[in-house]
Amino acid sequence: MEEVDVEPVVTNISGIRPGKRMGFAWGPGDILVYETQNKASGPTGSGCAFIHVVRKDEDIYSPILRKLFNESHHIFVGLQTIKDDLPSKSKKPQFVSISRNYRSVIRACMEELQQAAGELLTKYIHHVSILLAIELIWNLCEVLFIDAAPAGSLLLHLLDWVRLHKSDVDEKAKGVLQSDSPAEHRDYWDVVLSYVLQGRLEDTRKMLMKQAMLQPAAKSMYKLMDSLLSKMPFYNPGGTQTLTEFDVKWRNWHEEVDRYLKDNSFASNQHLEVICKILLGDEDVLLEHKELLSTWYYFLITRLLYCHPTVKPTELHYYAQSSMMMFLDSGVPEPLDSILLAAFEFDIHQVIKDCSIALNNWWFVAHLTDLLDHCKLLQSHNLHFGSNLREFLLLEYASGLFTHHSLWQCAVDYFDHCPEFGRVYLELQIERVPLDTERKALKVLRICEERQMSEQVRSICKIMAMRAVRNNRLGSALSWSIRAKDAAFATLISERFLQDYCAKGTFSDLDLIDNLGSTMLLSDRLTFLGKYREFHKLYGEKCFSDAAKLLLSLMTAKIAPQSFWMTLLTDALPLLEQKEVIFSAEQTYELMYCLEDWTFLFHSFNTNQTQLALARNLASAIVKEGTMQT
Amino acid sequence: MFVARSIAADHKDLIHDVSYDFHGRRMATCSSDQSVKVWDKSENGEWHCTASWKTHSGSVWRVTWAHPEFGQVLASCSFDRTAAVWEEIVGESNDKQRGLSHWIKRTTLVDSRTSVTDVKFAPKHMGLMLATCSADGVVRIYEAPDVMNLSQWSLQHEISCKLSCSCISWNPSSSRAHPPMFAVGSDDSNVTYGGKVQIYEYNENTRKYSKAETLMTVTDAVHDIAFAPNLGRSFHVLAIATKDVRIFKLVPLRRESTTTGPTKLEVQIVAQFDNHNSQVWRVSWNITSTLLASSGDDGCVRLWKANYMDNWKCTGILKGDGSPLTGSSGQPSAMSTVVGSSIQTSQNALNGMSAGRYFFPPLDPPRAGTRCGHLLPPPSLIEHCDAEPVTQPQQHALLPRHNSRVLLSLPEAEEQSF
Repeated sequence: MEEVDVEPVVTNISGIRPGKRMGFAWGPGDILVYETQNKASGPTGSGCAFIHVVRKDEDIYSPILRKLFNESHHIFVGLQTIKDDLPSKSKKPQFVSISRNYRSVIRACMEELQQAAGELLTKYIHHVSILLAIELIWNLCEVLFIDAAPAGSLLLHLLDWVRLHKSDVDEKAKGVLQSDSPAEHRDYWDVVLSYVLQGRLEDTRKMLMKQAMLQPAAKSMYKLMDSLLSKMPFYNPGGTQTLTEFDVKWRNWHEEVDRYLKDNSFASNQHLEVICKILLGDEDVLLEHKELLSTWYYFLITRLLYCHPTVKPTELHYYAQSSMMMFLDSGVPEPLDSILLAAFEFDIHQVIKDCSIALNNWWFVAHLTDLLDHCKLLQSHNLHFGSNLREFLLLEYASGLFTHHSLWQCAVDYFDHCPEFGRVYLELQIERVPLDTERKALKVLRICEERQMSEQVRSICKIMAMRAVRNNRLGSALSWSIRAKDAAFATLISERFLQDYCAKGTFSDLDLIDNLGSTMLLSDRLTFLGKYREFHKLYGEKCFSDAAKLLLSLMTAKIAPQSFWMTLLTDALPLLEQKEVIFSAEQTYELMYCLEDWTFLFHSFNTNQTQLALARNLASAIVKEGTMQT
Repeated sequence: MFVARSIAADHKDLIHDVSYDFHGRRMATCSSDQSVKVWDKSENGEWHCTASWKTHSGSVWRVTWAHPEFGQVLASCSFDRTAAVWEEIVGESNDKQRGLSHWIKRTTLVDSRTSVTDVKFAPKHMGLMLATCSADGVVRIYEAPDVMNLSQWSLQHEISCKLSCSCISWNPSSSRAHPPMFAVGSDDSNVTYGGKVQIYEYNENTRKYSKAETLMTVTDAVHDIAFAPNLGRSFHVLAIATKDVRIFKLVPLRRESTTTGPTKLEVQIVAQFDNHNSQVWRVSWNITSTLLASSGDDGCVRLWKANYMDNWKCTGILKGDGSPLTGSSGQPSAMSTVVGSSIQTSQNALNGMSAGRYFFPPLDPPRAGTRCGHLLPPPSLIEHCDAEPVTQPQQHALLPRHNSRVLLSLPEAEEQSF
């Protein structure tokens, strides 16, 4: 694919004076611009102090298109799971069915847009026309590239393509049939001819019957036409007939029609004569009905139907080009014409290129290219810098989705299926998802964890921990920093918990602290917090001797920060003053050493009460231990 | 592209810098009126000023956000020769209700003897660090060792670049293969002084920054400089705003184990655009570095994009048209103004008509009365490959009907109310 040779889009910003220098800042999905000047120039007074938010793409904010994005996401993921090692024969039907699923999503969107018609119609008419074009192109690509029907079936597929997209004839027919006298309706012949042009010969015959009944005199002429129409052979790909046999049969029928035209069988009825000429593929007559054909590509299919029903895929481009020239005359082809022509020419890269220029979002090109790539229809364009075309387009599309507050979740799967840059794009994008709530943070976190994106996991937890600390939610901060395995921060928060305890005498977030388990090993201070809380629990449950043992070990094993020892010694006081002896003599000695150390370190001598309690306890313990020994 | 809304910034003088926070929900503005304002985006996308305060005693050149891992922290730099670090304090609840926030100054960095022209936080993996550069040609790197105490900043490095500095950019790569690196640009306009962009790299052994490279081809004044996100590549990409826009590729060459000097860099120019035809003042990359924006004295912001073959092209231009604002918060008037990705809408701009109309001639002539009559769904989507080609229009035959019931609910529909 060549580079895109188009002039850059110019967006005018009202409120900024022409020629004035602008400052700007990139944001998610938009860019901020403002008027500014050289640093050197002096004050200019107020004036243009506006900041303008320039948006790139509004499409993803349309609720109906959002459904398109959501639905196609599931199809996309399904497509990626089709195994590469399956034989291509068994894959083709799968690819065709996936292609149809994509199209039916587009159709569903259009239906919904129509239901939304009325007040919303004017707003969405632009979307409808784009969707119609997308579906038309996609359908043709499906017929030509994915289904890749051979000669014979090819024309049948193309006919279906026309009938599907040019369904206004059915509307018209309905109007005719519902009138009092259908055969005299002013649209009657338009309907008949439209049927013929689309090769809907059964419908044509039914319609002609109505006219025949009105004109008993011309009964035989109508009967003749009816028999010609009924005899026209159509290729049956499932049947036993070979293409050559069909061709012979078709030629015989063609000659028969030609004979009746030449012997003026229909000369007395201009309408029937026109039908007869159409059946013979008379190009001049066809071109006289441009109105009914409406476009060159419908003209092309009619022409093929009545002149070259066994057209081969490789011959299509010739008929397509000539049909376009004949039909448009001197008119200029529109982008849609060029895209369809490129498709008829089997120039896939040109189709993709033209579509990405003409369409206003990446949805279509990304999904179609991905599908064609799975069908192994794209030559690989692996280059030193970029990745291949498929990945390039998918990355663009997914990056667009990421700016949306909920669609970003779909984008994750697209990045997952871009082998070269998908992961690093995801890393860059996902860490920018605003973590508005804990729930959203958990959602983002889960996505990162599933992909072993450890740095992003750490960062998200850290952000949440910092936010919680700033808002004084210590429990939440602690659990986030444990998740982030951030020892320094866990220490800091444990410290806060202990300060809080010292100030209030109670712990908050007991659930969390009680259930730390092995996570408390993350930091010394956290371990202490957990153990210290355990002490309180034991004490509360009146397991005094266990509590005493734990308390002592917190000091002797240096788990407790020394600054906290006085608090611990004070906690020991009620244990010391119980009637029953809890601290043994040896334990009491150790407590005394601790008190001494602390007194020495902090030059504090206001410890009389503790000293007294310790001495008393020592006495009781010695007495008790002495008694027990004897 | 279109202007979705305009915000009355209400600065009393020129705005010099606007900066988004990491998640794009807040922004900060700074101005010659010596103040900084902080703006918060509400649910409906409106921006509200939640704080505005005098920060310096001179024009404030730049304002920038620290990574949210470090809390809500801003740095600013000014003509008054200082840089400052600000932290948001979670205030009383009634302040929050009134939509106000409190920012307090944590430190003033007073080491520069001239105007501080740029300030940038280092990539977060380096800790809470920031670099300033000043008109006297010195780059200073400060560090806050305790992220909970932002009043303590120590000057870690002072690097003399010999030329008046205008801009600085950290290399964002967090790869272990890449030591910390920054690029500094000089706006000294004397071309005989040689290269105006210098690359410095941290050396683990000497614990100092030393010059790895001078971009000798950039001899004109440089006004802005920006490293691109690394994307896991072995090389670095640097955009430069000088008399034109330039994109360089810096390829680290394999270092010999015996040498202890900085990594040698091979400098390659990737692109050079003179479309501004004037001095270029700003360059900046989007998140994934697929787009580069630049602004120049031609009054345009230009968007540059590489296709997948690494060909860079201008894909969009923003420029002032001088027409007065119709309102402070304008919405696009019709869908026709709503256009898509930058490269795809050129016809739009050229023809001045809606993309839809231009792109898509009516497939069928619309009938009177119902403008969308031709849009009625077809009887069936499934091609009857094996059936007779003449099929009756059967309503809904074989079509796996996609109606709204089948459509899955949006993944985060409930999140909004959360």
